[in-house]
Amino acid sequence: MSRTQVTCTVNGDQVDFLTLDDESLLNALRDEVGLTGVKEGCGTGDCGACSVLLDDAVVCSCLVFAREAEGATIVTVEGMADGDHLHPLQQTFLEGAALQCGVCTPGFLVAAKALLDRNPDPTETEVRYALAGNLCRCTGYDKIVRATLEAARELQEARA
Amino acid sequence: MTVTDEPSTESAGYKYVGTRSIRPDGLDKVTGRAKFGADLTLPGMLEAAVVRSPHAHAEIVSIDTSEAMKIEGVKAIVTGADFPDPAEQGLHPSDQDVANNIIARDKVLYDGHVVAAVAATSRQAARAAAKAVNVTYKVLPHVMNVDEAMADGAALLHPNMKTKGVDPPAEEPSNVASRIVHERGELDQGFANADAVVERTFTTKPVHQGYIEPHACVADTGADGRSNIWVSSQGHFAMRTYTSKVVGVTTSMLKVIPAEIGGGFGGKTVIYLEPLAYMLSKKAGRPVRVVMDRAEVFRASGPASGTKIKVKMGANSAGEITAAEIWMAFEAGAFAGSPVGAAGMTVIAPYDIPHFVVEGFDVVVNKPKVAAYRAPGAPMAAFAVESVVDDLAAEIGMDPIELRLKNAVVEGTEASYGPKFPKIGFVETLDACKEHPNYGEPLGPNQGRGVAAGFWFNAGMNSSATIHVNDDGTVTTVVGSPDIGGSRASMALFTAEELGIGLERIKPVVADTETVGFNDVTGGSRVTLATGQAVVEACRAIKTDLIRRAAKTWKMEADQVEWVDGQAQAKDGSQPPLSLAAIAGKMARTGGPISANASLNARGVGAAFSTQVCDVEVDPETGQVTILRYLTAQDAGRAIHPAYVEGQLQGGVVQGIGWALNEEYVHNDDGVLENPSFLDYRIPVASDLPMIDTIIVEVPNPGHPYGVRGVGEVGIVPPLAAVANAIKAATGKRLVDLPMSPMKVLEAIDGTDS
Repeated sequence: MSRTQVTCTVNGDQVDFLTLDDESLLNALRDEVGLTGVKEGCGTGDCGACSVLLDDAVVCSCLVFAREAEGATIVTVEGMADGDHLHPLQQTFLEGAALQCGVCTPGFLVAAKALLDRNPDPTETEVRYALAGNLCRCTGYDKIVRATLEAARELQEARA
Repeated sequence: MTVTDEPSTESAGYKYVGTRSIRPDGLDKVTGRAKFGADLTLPGMLEAAVVRSPHAHAEIVSIDTSEAMKIEGVKAIVTGADFPDPAEQGLHPSDQDVANNIIARDKVLYDGHVVAAVAATSRQAARAAAKAVNVTYKVLPHVMNVDEAMADGAALLHPNMKTKGVDPPAEEPSNVASRIVHERGELDQGFANADAVVERTFTTKPVHQGYIEPHACVADTGADGRSNIWVSSQGHFAMRTYTSKVVGVTTSMLKVIPAEIGGGFGGKTVIYLEPLAYMLSKKAGRPVRVVMDRAEVFRASGPASGTKIKVKMGANSAGEITAAEIWMAFEAGAFAGSPVGAAGMTVIAPYDIPHFVVEGFDVVVNKPKVAAYRAPGAPMAAFAVESVVDDLAAEIGMDPIELRLKNAVVEGTEASYGPKFPKIGFVETLDACKEHPNYGEPLGPNQGRGVAAGFWFNAGMNSSATIHVNDDGTVTTVVGSPDIGGSRASMALFTAEELGIGLERIKPVVADTETVGFNDVTGGSRVTLATGQAVVEACRAIKTDLIRRAAKTWKMEADQVEWVDGQAQAKDGSQPPLSLAAIAGKMARTGGPISANASLNARGVGAAFSTQVCDVEVDPETGQVTILRYLTAQDAGRAIHPAYVEGQLQGGVVQGIGWALNEEYVHNDDGVLENPSFLDYRIPVASDLPMIDTIIVEVPNPGHPYGVRGVGEVGIVPPLAAVANAIKAATGKRLVDLPMSPMKVLEAIDGTDS
């Protein structure tokens, strides 16, 4: 089984790894880059736990071949905070109790960041549809939606 | 009683308990640092793949691993023959079932039953080898539901199983493992007293707990049989006990270390992978990681029972329920042990009914062995009874909350399952819903409102906690209960309240099986109650010790010293107070390290009740049901961390909505699961739902030092019927088969249903 070298930018750092042709970006990020914040919940693109930003688009990393990441810029949950300074979404999820077991949380944070990056003032309905690709079995989504709306408000106030 | 958005921290005189503190494990979970079951890697670790039966019921004729072993990188393969024989070991029959569920020996009993497992240097090699294991089966006839399994001449899963609990004792084997009965009064008399009688038959399908993290573990076993096992589970002590029995070693040989757990809801109280990892690691001489994929989770881990339930109930025109006759059969999956017992105890527990008979059957079928799922057994039972109670209210023209209030159990009522209720808050949850603005919201065309109630026992059981005071006056609170929904936050709040120190000085820890005393599983809504009580008792022992040390320092009697706001004070004011940090800094001079343990079997369990109000709109063209509003009122006893209490209430409701509307196992004619993915097994997503309105009712549990009842489970009991009752109100049609998918709703509206 031959391996391909992939060079990409992950959370601001240049990263090189070798990958099999049929290996997923999810497994490469977890096993080769060591970013286990990216979770596998299904491996079929149905749960969103493995969501990452790939050139600013939110994708299920289980549905992307690792070799497709050549030259790409990737952001995972590990890259959301600015040093000690949490992203407002991370802060509002903490303060709003928007996680219980926490295994879906990395995917929700990435998907919510993608939403707020393109739509800084979403309605509740827009938040619900933007996060509909992410499954959470613990919370019933109520506090996740509220925390996302609260982060949007805080980001807008910071810009004003 | 207190019913507010912000429960009673101040009125109860607490400083920390009842606040919405930031959870201690939260930062790790929003930054990706938290390590779950599949996140651990060890040097030299192998990856595993599992060979599973493609048949619902078959004899294993032969297993040939020779081709698989030739694949590059394969280091070990295990089959049933590598494990000690459960019967020869003399294991209890239920433990033999556990062992036979872990890996099949002579026959497979469901699609997904484990036949062999492979460890290799890469996932790819392990998967290729699993495919190369050549298993020859002789396919047997299968039974897939209680009707098939209970029929005369049905294919038998266990040729020696005879029904327990029948009189005269069963002579012939059958698929019915046991029968339970609860009765009171004279049924005929009860129905004679009724002005309205409703009789219906209900069915529900198996549903899965649907935790987002698949089962995962890592084992590192030495040639001497000692092993370190990292697990994602609801109870690493239970994993240790089960695993030791299946692999045939003493519990002390196994050190089981908890990872973070990505959801469980009851489904991670049992073992699946740990013995496989143990044996593969022993055979290969290297650590082995075993992780299920999602299809394996659906095919082989714990669904909740499919059920068939017949209910006949009567009420008089004053709204008093006069009689109930209930027959239920629960699928256990491939081995005995459905929650029909709990279903029988909970099914009419909210009501004081003078005449009833409840009869239940535990039935094996060729499906995966069921596992606990949040208030196991109660949601299906409540679906049936709460639907009929709703119909009775309609028959006699009474508001459904009023009818429930007329029959509600209160303190002193003899429960349908035996004991007298201590102080409970059922009536308070009914009143809270009646008074909430949602209950008066006007409804439009095709919209309807449904009410349902639910009961769950809650559990106490065994818990241990250790408190260490560190040399700088910080405190480590060590428990052995996996934190599944924020319990470390509650343990920190108890510690802060008891010792009077800030949360920033407390680190709650979930420790391994060699570091803290025994703990039963995180289940039964019991951790805040029981493990919380252990933390409180250990903190109180620490306080006594701290007072003794201050008194010694001051050369006073201990009874002249008290602990106030995190410091020792002389009651006569003769000494400047000594802070916890000051005492800790001089611990060597006052008796050495400051630690305390508490181990207990919590007895003061407080029952939980929930009342819920659901508003739906039904699309008459498509049968699609939309949840417009949802209100849940639940008696928490005391909300230690209100935000996580709300989270439990909301999460339980939404799981129940999924059960009501979408979720079901679909098996084909060959007994093979056809929808083992989140694409085809559809759990609710954010866009399906409104906000879930919560009312935390606080009727303190007299059996707990803080009044805790436990909040995790009862919230899933009412939704199945609440949604069904709302659909009835919207359409005039009573749906009796779950899930109430658009097709079924449409058939009901169009009158084409049978």
